[in-house]
Amino acid sequence: MVILSERTMKVTHSTDSVFINLGPVHPSTHGVFRMRAHVDGEVITEIEPIFGYLHRGIEKLAEGKSYRQIIPLTDRLDYVSSMTNNLAYCMAVEKLAGIEVPERAVYIRVIMSELQRILSHLLGIGSFFNDMGTFFTPFFYMFVQKEKITDLLEMVSGQRLLYNYMRFGGVSHDLPDTFLPALNRFLREMPAEIDKYEHLLNENEIVLARSKNVGVISREMAINSSVSGPVLRATGVNWDIRKVDPYSYYDLFDFDVPVGTKGDCYDRYRVRIEELRQSLRILEQAISKLPAGRVLNPVPLRFRPPAGEAYSHVESNKGELGFHVISDGSDKPYRLHVRAPSLLNLSALREMLIGWKLADAIIIFGSIDICLGEVDR
Amino acid sequence: MTTQLNSENIATIIQKHISSSDYYFENNTVVVDPSQMITICQVLKTTPGIELDYLSSITAVDYLDYFELVYLFYSIVHNHCLTMKVRCPDKKNPSLPSITSLYNGANFQEREIYDLFGISFTSHPKLNRIFLWEGFHGHPLRKDYESDS
Amino acid sequence: MMEFLSSPASIRSDLPFGFWLHLLVFSIGIIALLLTSVIIFIWFERRLVGRFQLRLGPNRAGPIGIFQSVADVIKILTKEDIIPTRADKLLFWLAPIISFSPVVVTLAVVPVAGGALLADLNVGILFIMAMSSIISVGVFTAGFASYNKYSLLSSMRVVAQLVSYEIPLILSLVGVVMLTGSLSLDDMVNAQTIPFILLQPVGFFIFFIASLAEISRSPFDLLEADSELVAGYNIEYSGMKFATFYLTEYCEAIVLSAITATVFLGGWQGPWLPPIIWLLLKIGLVFSVIVWIRATLPRLRVDQVMGFAWKFLLPLAVLNILITGLFITLWPEAPAWINGSANLLLLVMYVLIRSRFFRPGGTSVGAS
Repeated sequence: MVILSERTMKVTHSTDSVFINLGPVHPSTHGVFRMRAHVDGEVITEIEPIFGYLHRGIEKLAEGKSYRQIIPLTDRLDYVSSMTNNLAYCMAVEKLAGIEVPERAVYIRVIMSELQRILSHLLGIGSFFNDMGTFFTPFFYMFVQKEKITDLLEMVSGQRLLYNYMRFGGVSHDLPDTFLPALNRFLREMPAEIDKYEHLLNENEIVLARSKNVGVISREMAINSSVSGPVLRATGVNWDIRKVDPYSYYDLFDFDVPVGTKGDCYDRYRVRIEELRQSLRILEQAISKLPAGRVLNPVPLRFRPPAGEAYSHVESNKGELGFHVISDGSDKPYRLHVRAPSLLNLSALREMLIGWKLADAIIIFGSIDICLGEVDR
Repeated sequence: MTTQLNSENIATIIQKHISSSDYYFENNTVVVDPSQMITICQVLKTTPGIELDYLSSITAVDYLDYFELVYLFYSIVHNHCLTMKVRCPDKKNPSLPSITSLYNGANFQEREIYDLFGISFTSHPKLNRIFLWEGFHGHPLRKDYESDS
Repeated sequence: MMEFLSSPASIRSDLPFGFWLHLLVFSIGIIALLLTSVIIFIWFERRLVGRFQLRLGPNRAGPIGIFQSVADVIKILTKEDIIPTRADKLLFWLAPIISFSPVVVTLAVVPVAGGALLADLNVGILFIMAMSSIISVGVFTAGFASYNKYSLLSSMRVVAQLVSYEIPLILSLVGVVMLTGSLSLDDMVNAQTIPFILLQPVGFFIFFIASLAEISRSPFDLLEADSELVAGYNIEYSGMKFATFYLTEYCEAIVLSAITATVFLGGWQGPWLPPIIWLLLKIGLVFSVIVWIRATLPRLRVDQVMGFAWKFLLPLAVLNILITGLFITLWPEAPAWINGSANLLLLVMYVLIRSRFFRPGGTSVGAS
């Protein structure tokens, strides 16, 4: 078979559109997600994402549980960033009920959020390169650091994956004595590790060939598709909830927001790697400013917030994570809605994939870095 | 800091385009009649100084007499936000206009609301269930939903 | 024993059936050596990749995991052999054999010691190239006989890759042939007072990369890629037939390492160890580099793979022949270091110029 160029093929051959199923079982670590692609030769002409394989009805379950019982439920949304989910939900309920959080608890929340961000980005970048075919090597390198973070988070919450750590009015436990020395050790080692990853991957010819100018999305398209997080920032839009609508004293911290230029897969990767460094900066400042004091302003176990509604959002690893809580005065919420960044990042999937080859589809999909728990809820 | 848009400013802008019976203000959110929804969205998206170009989320709530949809818009350029509410009193066959033509991000969210609440959106490009499988009976997030088991 | 192996001429003339004895001994020796070393090399690769990834690799089955490959072989052999109903039975059965046999046969012309090889063909290199082309027939037969349109498409893609990389492969060896004056591998080893890798770095570079593509290893392993989660050419194979394809991949890697070691690294030459040990050490070294590349680099897309062969390697191979030919014709008594440095200079300049000026927007050479 002679390989003809795309143009010649259209002139001399007429090919039928073949419909190919990608998923729901993937060789890569993205979870159960199915894409139905119409492929003409090698080029994707139409794509239809199919969700729902992990739908557990979390929003409906939440209507039958008390507010405090929902916190472990929020862990299971984006299961690689439980701390952030907890934080967003607790902030929403605190806004609704007017609960104050002590200062030490706010700084601890910042530390946990940033550790979670580093963990999730390491995992996301590792899987991205896995899809590209590096046979797990960058993945394992990043895993070593990820394990250190998991150990840190296990120290405070007793859990390795679903932490259930935040409470209304603070956090559930204070930091143990072994936490800060271990965290300082981690902060000393991490910058050199990030240098190692960048040295290995940034200028790699094959990485550039597979990801530069691939899966490009324009600024306008990204804003119109409600994309948020690193995917939006890679297109050049400087929109980070920690800066535009600061919560948890983020306006007192000194950090930059990395912004890309082209909106391709490579820029998304670079934005995430750069965010690792910024998170380290925030962690150092948070540790140095950490005051003494209480970590919890307790609320009753089955507390009844006043009737009303509140929406609160955080900058999670995937994008803008928001919780909309509507209360009717009872001890169970009337409605809980999760603004899931992964689902909305997928709104732009069609535009990102059409016109590219099948081999690029997995890479582009991996560069968006979604978590199915959040998409399907 | 993302600022809430001032009700008076919005009121003066909207007044030019639709009559005052089709909207009113309630705690800094603008409640709009469904028939004028698309017009107002268009106005708010294109007016310089407002430019609400980013749809953040759509939440559907089942109050027992009516459905209410809460739209949250941001403006990336000006860093302000606005909440818009739309009420749909018809609980038997609820139907609202779709804003997918203005905001592509509404596509999946409206499908989700159709799937879980049963509210259909006119002129949506492809309105079918998103999380539950085709052939599922009922709409689970409604308050009067009874599961089979 | 070593004289017995190293001077086959003595076997031929002394004993009445010397010729057949020689063939028998060497055939059994080659097959035994190849199959044993596949087992060892599979284990070695997994341990080495594990070390690259900061982990141990297999360490449960046996003291340092040395029985892991044995366990894998037993697992594959005890699997059910499924044949699709509408597959072409004869071709389905033949395809693994067509893929595997040329690989073993190629080792017939690789010398394990001075003059010790199965058949001292005076067209050794040509024989190797001819045999390696038959492998693509086996791949295509496998895809065709499976009666699965996706595996047919995939096998066509693999065959395209194999055929495209044949040309730079063969052309890269022309430089070595010009320096040796003979196609026989035995003569090449004897002519390497200085290993040819130093005299023909361009040839080594092209040969190594082209043979990585010939054996479908990373970064050219489109077959194992996620986009091929639709099918590869061996998707319908199971049991022993699949084991044969798997075996073929590792045997190809070993044979390629053997040829590289023989042609470019000096073969069995080396001080104070038996020649066959030197050969095995060099094979191990080349194989380690292949594993190193696999553990490090991502994989290329199919159009980038093709572009790389036709637009990058082929012109370089032709330039190599030109430069080497010029040196041999115009300045035959040039000292070796001038030959080697001129070649190296060609490589460096070509790579620099191609990558700086022919890189549209940061994508690699060959991307359309």
